Amino acid sequence: MSTQHVMNDEPVPADGPVILEMRSITKEFPGVKALSDVSLTVRAGEIHAICGENGAGKSTLMKVLSGVYPYGTYDGDIVYQGVTVHFRDIRSSEEAGIAIIHQELALIPELSITENIFLGNEPTKWGAIDWITAKKTALELLARVGLREDPDTLIKNIGVGKQQLVEIAKALSKSVKLLILDEPTAALNEADSQHLLDLIRGLKGKGITSIMISHKLNEIEQVADSITIIRDGKTIETLNVVRDGVNEDRIIRGMVGRSLESRFPDHVPHIGEVFFEVRDWNVQHPQVTERMVVKNSSLTVRRGEIVGIAGLMGAGRTELAMSIFGRSYGTFLSGRMFKDGKEIELRNVAEAIDHGLAYVSEDRKALGLNLLDDVKRSIVSAKLSKISAGPVVNDGKEFAIAEGYRTSLRIKTPTVDSGVSKLSGGNQQKVVLAKWMFTDPDLLILDEPTRGIDVGAKFEIYGIIQNLAAQGKGVILISSELPELLGLADRIYTVFEGAITDCIPAAEADPETLMKSMTSARRKVRS
Amino acid sequence: MSVFRSSLNYLAGQLRQIGLFIALIAIVIFFQVATNGITLKPINVTNLIVQNSYILILAVGMVMVIIAGHIDLSVGSVVAFVGAMSGVMITQWNVPWWLAIILCLGVGALVGMWQGFWIAYFGIPAFIVTLAGMLTFRGLTQIALQNKQISPFPDEFRALGSGFLPDLGGGTSAVEPLTLGIGIIATLFLVLQGIRQRRARAKYDVEDEPFAWFLTKLVFTAAMIIGITYLLASYRGTPIVLIVLGILIVVYASVMSNSVFGRHIYAIGGNLNAAALSGIKTKRVTFMLFVNMGVISALAGLVFTAQLNLANPKAGDGFELDAIAAVFIGGAAVTGGIGTVTGAIIGGFIIGLLNNGMSILGVGTEYQQLIKGLVLLGAVAFDVYNKRRSGGR
Repeated sequence: MSTQHVMNDEPVPADGPVILEMRSITKEFPGVKALSDVSLTVRAGEIHAICGENGAGKSTLMKVLSGVYPYGTYDGDIVYQGVTVHFRDIRSSEEAGIAIIHQELALIPELSITENIFLGNEPTKWGAIDWITAKKTALELLARVGLREDPDTLIKNIGVGKQQLVEIAKALSKSVKLLILDEPTAALNEADSQHLLDLIRGLKGKGITSIMISHKLNEIEQVADSITIIRDGKTIETLNVVRDGVNEDRIIRGMVGRSLESRFPDHVPHIGEVFFEVRDWNVQHPQVTERMVVKNSSLTVRRGEIVGIAGLMGAGRTELAMSIFGRSYGTFLSGRMFKDGKEIELRNVAEAIDHGLAYVSEDRKALGLNLLDDVKRSIVSAKLSKISAGPVVNDGKEFAIAEGYRTSLRIKTPTVDSGVSKLSGGNQQKVVLAKWMFTDPDLLILDEPTRGIDVGAKFEIYGIIQNLAAQGKGVILISSELPELLGLADRIYTVFEGAITDCIPAAEADPETLMKSMTSARRKVRS
Repeated sequence: MSVFRSSLNYLAGQLRQIGLFIALIAIVIFFQVATNGITLKPINVTNLIVQNSYILILAVGMVMVIIAGHIDLSVGSVVAFVGAMSGVMITQWNVPWWLAIILCLGVGALVGMWQGFWIAYFGIPAFIVTLAGMLTFRGLTQIALQNKQISPFPDEFRALGSGFLPDLGGGTSAVEPLTLGIGIIATLFLVLQGIRQRRARAKYDVEDEPFAWFLTKLVFTAAMIIGITYLLASYRGTPIVLIVLGILIVVYASVMSNSVFGRHIYAIGGNLNAAALSGIKTKRVTFMLFVNMGVISALAGLVFTAQLNLANPKAGDGFELDAIAAVFIGGAAVTGGIGTVTGAIIGGFIIGLLNNGMSILGVGTEYQQLIKGLVLLGAVAFDVYNKRRSGGR
């Protein structure tokens, strides 16, 4: 990907009129302060980028702005075009000329482009939808976004890049003044991304202000006039791209600039020989066949080693992990897998478990646990055969095993009979870990094992992970938190757009180098 | 005080189970009073069991299907189809009655494989596949019977639906000894089983059931079985179909609570994606579930045909709805993952009691339907209310 700096065509003066000011916004969820005292000032006619790590609070801030979290559920003021506004819902923010385009597109695949553009906003004549006006307007809008498609085409028949343009046309149809784009190019290939960025710049020329959330720093550098960096729910700084001479390194420093406290249990790794290897792994998106979610990826794991995988959301980390774990995601195209010196083929999850693989999902509630079940049954659920004689489950053994894990992992639950839905996130995660430890794995793939967990439980889970490695098991640790990777992993792979871009020994890694490899494909992979 | 409060908390947690039992007892008492004691007469209790047996059998299979998050609308038609096949085999092909029973269960398995294939491997929702099955198998029934009835059936075959175990007392004693013996053995078995389980749990120090409640439950269950046994023994003894039903309940209750297959069914219904990521072969389990349902429907079809001594193109009409209602009254969740075989059986008895009691009272069928509908709605509303109150999902 090109990294050369494209000059902005018409830089906005740093003292132009302010269109939006968000003043000390604070938003709390039960137990978590997602935003604390965040401020954002956007000037009319500029492209304003918001940068920050996963979970820094960018999307939450945009949801506050667009009325997804209505007035009253947050503290602070939103001043828009000089007036303090109280949005009740998305509709009221749209009426004010603010449109948000989410990462997951909100189009209906079975409806046509015209129908989607005017959904919920249909032009009517005598109470009936005026399709002639609708189609005429749709054609004008499509011309404005540079999309040459018949407006009667169904959404499902056009690619993601074009769908993104339809979303923008839809926003334009509501005479938008402030356009919010959440990761607009995350799902696009390079040509489509470039077209979209050009379009956003074109809209700027027509007086439309844009706020853009993106992980792709080169794109931000290319189009943004100013950049606000958010970290841990707080505003860190706002930079003017031209005046402050901003480049990628400067942004990264702002994004990761926190100090690494000693939040990790001490341990001395005992690393053995390579026992697991994936070579030239290629996986296709399950529905969108032109999209590769994992590209030519190779990785190795040694006994007793904790291997980190760093990558931003949508980079393909989970897809890589799940496709390794018995092809449970996507369409497997090609690649070879070796374990203990022998080539193996895992066609389904049962085979993966039999070969000693375990996968702890990033989505505990949707993919990790049956929330209707109790603790003991959850723990044994991935390897019932271990405690069964023929078809009959031995419930005495089940109790004994569940009790064993309850004590050793310190799962806080009244009894192992209690429902898992009643446990805290940290304790639910311990149940999931117990469930996979019970399968006697050689390789554990842990996908965001500490997501949504409080600090105390995190520390305990770090201890469990290190213990597993100390027993000679291999661990692949996927995490969005760089400090976590740097504190736990012995070696870190970085992933960008489905491909592994680097492999860095933990001793040589720091947040800046990781973030660089996570946001561009420029590096060569070291062994 | 704290012991009392923890006991109270425990009972609150078991509200649904207790509520179901109390509802059953309340309905029995109501009809016993309203019918001037006819409801609990030996002959009526016997009828209640025999005439409800096929719905109860279907409910056992249906609760498993519903726990897995599916539904089966075809069981009524499958009952008719298997009944027709048994008639054709026995009266037209001269197949011996015992072989016909085995072959008919095989027909049920084939029916289940057919529907299971489309649901599990082809991915068509069970609602659609079994709706199609409802029409298909009704049509096949009419083709097999050429729109005529088949009757009569040999006595050995009829015994499956309306026969009784032999009277060891030679008809002289007021209370039939064999039935009484079976009842006592069943009671002892249940009591010992209860004590064994409590001991096993006490060993791991996880017993939270208050002892008084354990005792109450045990005494109550024992009294109920002995009571029913006594009533049956004072009429004609043990209906053969009750033995069939009893075995079915014991086997499937333990399948659902203590077998790998049962655990997999709960896992699939509770969270399909998590089940798949735990290495459960979800398609195969779903397929087997429908094969099982097919065999159970076939058994219900045989019992029903034997009882009426008639294979009839209209047989089994609406059975699916009674079976589904029984399962939901018994506490199963529409979204899957929740339900028990015992609950479904109690639900089936509640429906049976309503039918029986209202018929004795001479309530017209229009009001019977109305009341059954309201009971179903009320039972599920109670569930939903209960869940919301406890802050569940």
